[in-house]
Amino acid sequence: MRTAAETQERVRAGLSRRYRAERRFRAYGMAAIAVGIAFVLFLFGTVFAQGLSALRQAYVQIDVFYDPEIIDPAGNRDPDDLVVADYQSLVRASLRERFPTVEGRPALRELYGIASSAASVELQRRVTADPGLIGQRERLWVLADDTVDMFLKGKVSRSAPEEERRLSDTQLGQIDALKSQNALKLRFNSAFFSNGDSRDPEQAGVRGAVVGSFLTLLITLLLSFPIGVGAAVYLEEFAPRNRITDLIEVNINNLAAVPSIVFGLLGLAMFISFFGLPRSAPLVGGLVLTLLTLPTIIIASRAALKAVPPSIREAALGIGASRWQTVVHHVLPLAMPGVLTGAIIGMARALGESAPLLMIGMVAFIVEVPAGVLDPSTVLPVQVFLWSDLPERGFVERTSGAIIVLLLFLIVMNAAAVVLRSKFEKRW
Amino acid sequence: MSQSIRARIFATVAASAAIVAALSPVAPAQSARDFINVVGSSTVYPFTTTVAEKFGRQGRFKTPKVESTGTGGGIKLFCNGVGPQHADVVNASRRMNASEFDTCRKNGVRDILEVRVGYDGLTLSESKRGPVMNLTRKQVYLALAKQVPDPANPTTLIANPYTSWNQIDKSLPATKIEVLGPPPTSGTRDSFNELYMEAGCRTYPWLNTLRGQDEKRFKRLCHTLREDGAFVEAGENDNLIVQKIEANRNAVGIFGFSFLEENMDKLRGSKIDGVEPTYETIASGKFPASRPLFIYVKKAHIGVIPGLQEFVNEYVSDKALGEEGYLSDRGLVAQPKSDLARTRADVKSLKNFAP
Repeated sequence: MRTAAETQERVRAGLSRRYRAERRFRAYGMAAIAVGIAFVLFLFGTVFAQGLSALRQAYVQIDVFYDPEIIDPAGNRDPDDLVVADYQSLVRASLRERFPTVEGRPALRELYGIASSAASVELQRRVTADPGLIGQRERLWVLADDTVDMFLKGKVSRSAPEEERRLSDTQLGQIDALKSQNALKLRFNSAFFSNGDSRDPEQAGVRGAVVGSFLTLLITLLLSFPIGVGAAVYLEEFAPRNRITDLIEVNINNLAAVPSIVFGLLGLAMFISFFGLPRSAPLVGGLVLTLLTLPTIIIASRAALKAVPPSIREAALGIGASRWQTVVHHVLPLAMPGVLTGAIIGMARALGESAPLLMIGMVAFIVEVPAGVLDPSTVLPVQVFLWSDLPERGFVERTSGAIIVLLLFLIVMNAAAVVLRSKFEKRW
Repeated sequence: MSQSIRARIFATVAASAAIVAALSPVAPAQSARDFINVVGSSTVYPFTTTVAEKFGRQGRFKTPKVESTGTGGGIKLFCNGVGPQHADVVNASRRMNASEFDTCRKNGVRDILEVRVGYDGLTLSESKRGPVMNLTRKQVYLALAKQVPDPANPTTLIANPYTSWNQIDKSLPATKIEVLGPPPTSGTRDSFNELYMEAGCRTYPWLNTLRGQDEKRFKRLCHTLREDGAFVEAGENDNLIVQKIEANRNAVGIFGFSFLEENMDKLRGSKIDGVEPTYETIASGKFPASRPLFIYVKKAHIGVIPGLQEFVNEYVSDKALGEEGYLSDRGLVAQPKSDLARTRADVKSLKNFAP
């Protein structure tokens, strides 16, 4: 038997050691968080440092004369003629007007290289929208070529020897002249948000990928949310506990850990080869991502249903509600915040997924913005993947720009999760 | 009250989604397609997409869809059969081989048009700030093979002993051997093995004779790269290799000519067998490591898929493939005039491909 004093002595002796242990443990935790934050900051820092310049784009101002001789030599304003006319030569003529001293084919080629080939498309669009422009003069801003863009953003050094730059000394002189006339400057890059993919960095935009991601996720949500919640409700509230349901549960947990590329292969074999659905379509992408997110949603929904206190069920049953009424009127609404969180986490994972979509052909060059779930399309992460592998330097910043858009998309989704949860949250 | 409404909404959503789920698999198989479907090599992808975009902008047909699947995967998709659910064109960074052609024929894809679109120079490049490299393919082989012939007794192989370039040859700089290149899954790696490693290997007579006798062993000896850090697999992404070389002035990178051309202010192409990689040396065939690029067109789809013939015509037009065409701006090395004329004649007569 120890006396009280002895016990106290022993406790006191160990006390400082225990305090130290606790302080150490807290320090470990703080270090872990600090390392995590450092990595996130580094990632965001590099992405934003490289990608923010994608929000601005060099535009050049041209005085264009809509020459009726070139656009519509027949003079009958036939819409088909207006579409195929040589608008490139109008852009070239206006550049020649600005630099009348430039002569000779190689020198002219360099001069023409200042404006993007998108300029002629812009003119075509304007003329077909309003044929009244023909014969008029107009001053407008058109996209500059990506090499000019890179130069204005300081990504091509002026001090490098001429043969190692993509811009010659004469071109630099022309760029300086345009700048001093205020006819060449960086403006907000609206093309980045309104265009689909393009092989010219200055014309490439994320709209096609954003719409593709949206359509794919819509299909995923429409399928995986009801199926997932239905499966969870049945398994949690109605199913008997026996070998079969145990087996199902184990399988669902296993499926959640299957590498996503496997779902891609499954989708390729099932939906494309067997059912004959088109390759590269958001419908197939959505179906594959449904397979991927279902286990996540089922597991999260079951956990949320389990967390509803049994007293709620007993009370409902006690006043004569059927089991179906109990679940639909009371248990499910109370479990909704958890269910929604699970669904949105699943959706966020689906949004960032690219591997299974490679298998079903969504890694493709698609210029047109998809209009429906059967049109060929790509998604944001795949667009990032595609751009990162192109040689043109303008695509480096656009890759990071697309990552920023993807991050914003994710932040909006997660914010929606927080809002929904706080709206439905019940405390007791 | 509000809960029961919510429940009813939920039930409706669930029911409608179930209907979507039930209906979607029986949606009709693609009966017709109004756009061209291209699959295949990621090396040819930047060029075919350029043509596809220009072609689409003309407004007569929809912009073709170009998938980047790799040459092997693309040919598999292409050879799967005839019909709108199968690809019309495949990009290839090498020629279609006999066994692939057999698979094609077995699946009913009998008539194929081969179009040679140009060349790609496979370069070794170094940072502008680093030492100048003047390599031979034999030196590249000695620097990178896992096993190399013993200098004392060239008919036996030893584990690669070289750690710096000047150990291989006095004329080379005294820097550590560090080469960044693509992983084995890449078509570029296949080309590297063929154009550099095999060529270097075959400078040893006994290895050259082995090639005829035991091809498997020859490939194993010549294609196996070092795993001790001198060769670094830098991933499929060529831009990443460019960035790494920029950061490390002693490293050498392996990638296609278009990446070198785009980054001339930071990189310098190493001379190979005394020849610098430039547009001219690759086009004329002087640069020893250049490979032809192809597209293959399914003839049964011409006239069925709208615009296919016109797309191929656009691809071989002067605007695209000529010496000043828009593809040369993208770094594709055009073929000499006489070859281009032959390619055009083949396209015109829709000549049948046979490996």
